[in-house]
Amino acid sequence: MSESGNTPGSPTLTRWYDLFSRGARDWLRHDEKVRDSVREHLPQIIAGGDVINDGAKTVRVPVRVLEHYHFRLRRTNEQQGVGQGDAKPGDVLGQPSRDQGQSKGPGGREEGEFQLLLEIKVDDIVDWLWEEMQLPNLKPRVGPSEETEWTREGWDRRGARSRLDRRRSFKELVKRQGAKDALPSFTDEDLRFRQLARRRQPAVHAVVFFLLDVSGSMSDRDRKLAKTFFFWVVQGLKREYRSLETVFVAHTTEAWEFTETDFFQVAGTGGTVASTGLAKVREIIDSRFSPSRHNIYLFYASDGDNSVSDRTEARELLHGIAQDACYSGYVEVGSAPARRLSTETGRLWAEAAAAGHAASSFAIDDFDSVWDAVRHFFTAEQKALEGTT
Amino acid sequence: MSAAMSLDGWREYVKPLEELAERSGLSFHPVDFEAVPDSFMMEVAVYGLPVRMPHWSFGVRYIYQLIQHRMGHSRIFEVVFPGNPGHAYLASSNGLADNVLVTAHVLGHADFSRNNLLFRRCQEQVSERIVEHAANHARQIQQAIETHGAERVEAVLDAALALEQHVDVDQPLRRELYPEYATEPKIVDDEFRKRFESLDPAEDEPTGTDYLKRAPVPPHPERDLLWFIGHYAPELESWERDIFLAVREESFYFYPLFATQIMNEGWASYWHARLLREADFVPQQVYLDAIKCHSDVVRPIAANQQVALSVNPYHLGFSMWEKIVENEGLEAARRIMQQDDDFGFIRNHLTRELADELHLFRYTAKDGQIRVLDIDLDGLHENLLAPKYGFGAPSVSAAHVRVDGTLELEHDYTTDGRGLDLERSRRVLEYVQRVWRRPVVMHTIDHEGSPHELSCS
Repeated sequence: MSESGNTPGSPTLTRWYDLFSRGARDWLRHDEKVRDSVREHLPQIIAGGDVINDGAKTVRVPVRVLEHYHFRLRRTNEQQGVGQGDAKPGDVLGQPSRDQGQSKGPGGREEGEFQLLLEIKVDDIVDWLWEEMQLPNLKPRVGPSEETEWTREGWDRRGARSRLDRRRSFKELVKRQGAKDALPSFTDEDLRFRQLARRRQPAVHAVVFFLLDVSGSMSDRDRKLAKTFFFWVVQGLKREYRSLETVFVAHTTEAWEFTETDFFQVAGTGGTVASTGLAKVREIIDSRFSPSRHNIYLFYASDGDNSVSDRTEARELLHGIAQDACYSGYVEVGSAPARRLSTETGRLWAEAAAAGHAASSFAIDDFDSVWDAVRHFFTAEQKALEGTT
Repeated sequence: MSAAMSLDGWREYVKPLEELAERSGLSFHPVDFEAVPDSFMMEVAVYGLPVRMPHWSFGVRYIYQLIQHRMGHSRIFEVVFPGNPGHAYLASSNGLADNVLVTAHVLGHADFSRNNLLFRRCQEQVSERIVEHAANHARQIQQAIETHGAERVEAVLDAALALEQHVDVDQPLRRELYPEYATEPKIVDDEFRKRFESLDPAEDEPTGTDYLKRAPVPPHPERDLLWFIGHYAPELESWERDIFLAVREESFYFYPLFATQIMNEGWASYWHARLLREADFVPQQVYLDAIKCHSDVVRPIAANQQVALSVNPYHLGFSMWEKIVENEGLEAARRIMQQDDDFGFIRNHLTRELADELHLFRYTAKDGQIRVLDIDLDGLHENLLAPKYGFGAPSVSAAHVRVDGTLELEHDYTTDGRGLDLERSRRVLEYVQRVWRRPVVMHTIDHEGSPHELSCS
């Protein structure tokens, strides 16, 4: 057949229908509607857990093309039709595809199903969620100021060639020579160089410690719940802090620091001694994150079965950390509903909160309550902030 | 430029083809031919009109069409709009031979739309300028979007377009409202009443108003839902009514296309084949290419298949017209073309002989298994026509408006043979409720055959 597109060779006229595509416009509107409906169900969709890829900037949500509904008759499980070809009554035909020989009539509605994979930016989701769930926007706590950036500050007669300020230097020349007609000539005296100085800036670094109990009593599902919760906490904090570091610590009766990828694979055996984890956190704070320069957040996920003999030690450590941290949260996963937060660890946090620290706890039993937990923490954090200001 | 010449080369055949068509007895309004890019072709096929109101559902159809096109499953050669003058758009990717064939095909359509009674009746209603009307509607709706916001306009279009098949083309496009007062039928068949009627009106006869009784709305079940809702929704604003009536007008335009598709495509195919055969001014090579294209278009069964599970309307119509002209002559064929729609056409002219020749059969599909049922002629007729009843939609009518404004819709499940798809119907009720602004209910039956009421408030 022949070429497609505009008539080649002849001067192309712009026709009215070249100016826009109505089909594309209406498709975009459809796309918008899909995004809206995805957005409405976002908490359910995202909470599924599988859509989150570690480190991915986007999540993929499979969606169906929207249907514009019409009155239709109920589908029967037996359909009749007219066919054509070499067949006798009683013949059983294979599965010829239905659309063969079918031509497109006006207003034809022969539409096969196909699935769209909607790619949504995690940042957008977080924005939607925060809007949707009316989560507070945190104000970063301003730590003690520190010298961070170099900024321009004043001029000097000495300096690196690259920072020579020609305009300034020329002014100096004019000042010295006046409006004499003589050929202007620079002397070293005239040269001015831009100077730099360090400026003191408030610290807005933040570090989040994710402490996970990986003892034998924590199931895969519990860990996944914790992971989902952690993921959204990170996203929420990232909205506020330009530099956010994350530290992953897992513990059983011992504690280890992990990379993010390994962290969620870890499965341990044996009992739970929370103080080992808290001690590890303490150790990392002391060695790498000075509380005076960092906003510290701690989130601990466990099923709450801390060993009773550990009570005193864990309490001491938690109080110590809670003093330095902006916020310490505890999520209890998978505990029996009756025992909610009245577990050993739950009591630990309750004591810390009672002592006036920014600390609180929440129980998560399913993916829906992950959202309640996220909301709980961010509102609590805001309250804590309001208290401090 | 030689390239441009060859692309536009088909134009030199338009005039001779028109003359040949007229000599062959075709009578048609002049047609404007225009070659347009494929992308535009696709849009015209999706929207059904060159310029039409915006709605996201067209976007969905557009994407399906685009995918079909990209996969090479669908190729649109031409789209023609009846009218005076008619407009024909030809895909600029058509070759010379394609376009010569398409030109002849379009003349067949032009003859059909000018002479077929159903087409003429609908065109008298809608006027011969539907293309301009639809463009006007699109502009009106654009203005409504600016005044009332996209969201409100979309809600109205959601409802109106969902009901686009629910019009009554047997009623005039511009219909009178129901009479406001009920008229009691006067019975004058007994002697006493006759004498009474003939009496001089006495002074004590009560004045008319005492007797006047408000007619119920609707006075009878109303099939034309677009008209009914457009005029009787309790709080519809005038711009919303305009949208309902605009969609209704476009439906009146689409109805004859839908109800005569087999005849119309068959007629156009018959004539493109015949005109080309008789066109001695078309070079041999162009003719051969065109005939190849013709056989692709009217091919009943895909090349690599033994059987087809749907009947190509081009093929069926073409074969039927060939038979009719052969057996009864052109004169009779023209008369049938004028008077019938697909219902009469299939029932009267798809004969036993032809059905056998075409190897038509009925089949049932159950659990993915397809079994050939029989070749019973009446069964074939009815199965071919089943998707065409009532504009292809279930028969639903507005039965009653309750005192509180609730709209009661009634599904005639005895005619349709089964109940509605409940989930979809509920969604449609949601659309309707947003413009009716009072509760909306629907009576149908569920899968067990017992009465079922859907409601949305």
